[in-house]
Amino acid sequence: MGRTLAEKVWSDHIVRSVEGEPDLLYIDLHLVHEVTSPQAFDGLRAAGRPVRRPDLTLATEDHNIPTIDVDKPIADPVSRAQVEALRKNCADFGVPLYSLGNIEQGIVHVVGPQLGLTQPGMTIVCGDSHTSTHGAFGALAFGIGTSEVEHVLATQTLPLKPFKTMAINVDGELPEGVSAKDIILAVIAKIGTGGGQGYVLEYRGSAIRSLSMEGRMTICNMSIEAGARAGMVAPDQTTFDYVEGREHAPKGALWDEAVAYWRTLFTDDDAVFDAEVHIDASSLSPFVTWGTNPGQGLPLSASVPSPDDAKDEVDKVAIERALEYMDLTPGTPLREIGIDTVFIGSCTNGRIEDLRVAAQILQGRTIADGMRLMVVPGSARVRLHAEAEGLDQIFIDAGAEWRGAGCSMCLGMNPDKLTPGERSASTSNRNFEGRQGPGGRTHLVSPAVAAATAVTGHLASPADLA
Amino acid sequence: MERFIRHTGTAAPLRRSNVDTDQIIPAEYLKRITRDGFEDGLFSAWRKDPEFVLNQPEYQGVSVLVAGPDFGTGSSREHAVWALQNYGFAVVLSSRFADIFRGNSSKGGLLTAQVDQEVIERLWEMIEADPSTEVTVDLEARTVTAKDLQADFDVDDYVRWRLMEGLDDIGITLQHADDISEFEATRADFKPVTLS
Repeated sequence: MGRTLAEKVWSDHIVRSVEGEPDLLYIDLHLVHEVTSPQAFDGLRAAGRPVRRPDLTLATEDHNIPTIDVDKPIADPVSRAQVEALRKNCADFGVPLYSLGNIEQGIVHVVGPQLGLTQPGMTIVCGDSHTSTHGAFGALAFGIGTSEVEHVLATQTLPLKPFKTMAINVDGELPEGVSAKDIILAVIAKIGTGGGQGYVLEYRGSAIRSLSMEGRMTICNMSIEAGARAGMVAPDQTTFDYVEGREHAPKGALWDEAVAYWRTLFTDDDAVFDAEVHIDASSLSPFVTWGTNPGQGLPLSASVPSPDDAKDEVDKVAIERALEYMDLTPGTPLREIGIDTVFIGSCTNGRIEDLRVAAQILQGRTIADGMRLMVVPGSARVRLHAEAEGLDQIFIDAGAEWRGAGCSMCLGMNPDKLTPGERSASTSNRNFEGRQGPGGRTHLVSPAVAAATAVTGHLASPADLA
Repeated sequence: MERFIRHTGTAAPLRRSNVDTDQIIPAEYLKRITRDGFEDGLFSAWRKDPEFVLNQPEYQGVSVLVAGPDFGTGSSREHAVWALQNYGFAVVLSSRFADIFRGNSSKGGLLTAQVDQEVIERLWEMIEADPSTEVTVDLEARTVTAKDLQADFDVDDYVRWRLMEGLDDIGITLQHADDISEFEATRADFKPVTLS
């Protein structure tokens, strides 16, 4: 019987496989950041263990660093201590690090692909659940906890039980103005926040094939929001073209050898998925969330749901609670929800194409009165790239704050936060209670909806701007 | 890690689904570089509400958390496990756990026992009627017992064995260091490295 893409990558990394035990899987690339690693390095120190493969490890500072005044010492002493711990740990254990101020610094999931370190068929882990992003290249990439970070640092392997596989088939042509973000929000609303639990999702179909690498990354990034640890897209010419020529991409004869291997990485025709989901791309429209988990989303043209729409008692309680937290009334058209802050950035939508889409909509327009618009590039390179194209000036002219690279308001760990009761439209990945700051209310949107919303002051799509 | 065979304690009913790790411990607590002292961050936003279950006098000293489905979704932060343990929880019961959270729990010795939602509902009713109800979670027998209720729970065989033996994963893996070296020798040359 044929094998799925995920099964092929899995089996190519088995170090040891014994009945009744997890497989021991080799890890090709381990990405590290300041928040989930200090306790892991301490564990190594306590046990007197070295980092087995510093040359397969890369660290960057992203989660709790500021996005303004990046040339000054970090003001918050606790944040500063954590970043300094990373710098010391990397120096002590020989792990390469891109610090704040380095041109390669940025969000770990933007940096890996940009450097060409993310390649098809690899196993990639990081102490961050959005590691699923790298699956866009046909890599098996997933988030791990700090104990596992220590395990990978010490052994370059992880003991893991095989995942089940689920095909997410997205066929048909995407309507104008509908993006990768709308696809994934629709997928999560369909299968729920636990629907992908225990699975690797493989995104397939003509609508996925037609996406750029950046669009595919947006989709794979949010696999975890459907409960799946990893999401994948089979590599194709789009993938190879993206990787070729990047700093860490194979060169010369090695490139040919790599591509020959990468071309074998697809799900065989006779392979069987454990589950399949079908979505008609032509039926999709801009999608936004109204509630407090990423599964609580609807088309922008819909209205706030009622607890009476719930599928069961548990769901009913969840809707009631979300409506209360979000301060929304059932039946209100989503387009009438007023927004205080728009955040464009994150590992989901902080890449150059995202900034281009937003800039195109904001060009020649200004943001609504009282609106705060924060644009935070995913990496220092993305920031430079945008400035070279003049996008920064478009944002600034529209009334936006143009900031340095980092996770920023996606998780509100640095000073970029919502205040209690403040409502955002955010291109990030999580609308959990307080995610962007205690008491803050988040609506997840695409970059196009974010930009249009910044102009109108309420949830809107570019079509509403006319 | 301490061995986990069985645990008995009083329980708190958390009648919420989709309890994400941002609720279990918000990001602002993640700046610390230690492995302990996270109990103040546990459910910190919810604990500001005097009505929240853990603020009720009858639920002080609990060590079993009985939660709604999809517990531990979201971020991979293992601080969520540490916060639960630092607060005093030894077991979480739910009808479905998020993968990464469940994996992290098994590393730190927090037992995540998966039972049917029906069992959760019965436990909620039982605990709310009598908060002094003792719940016993027997990892060896894979059962949850409280008064006249007895139910089986789901736990991975290998995780069960590791918890019962109190084993350290890294130590186990390093016994196979030769296998790792052998595998490394066969890796393709085109694979990238971060150091030249």
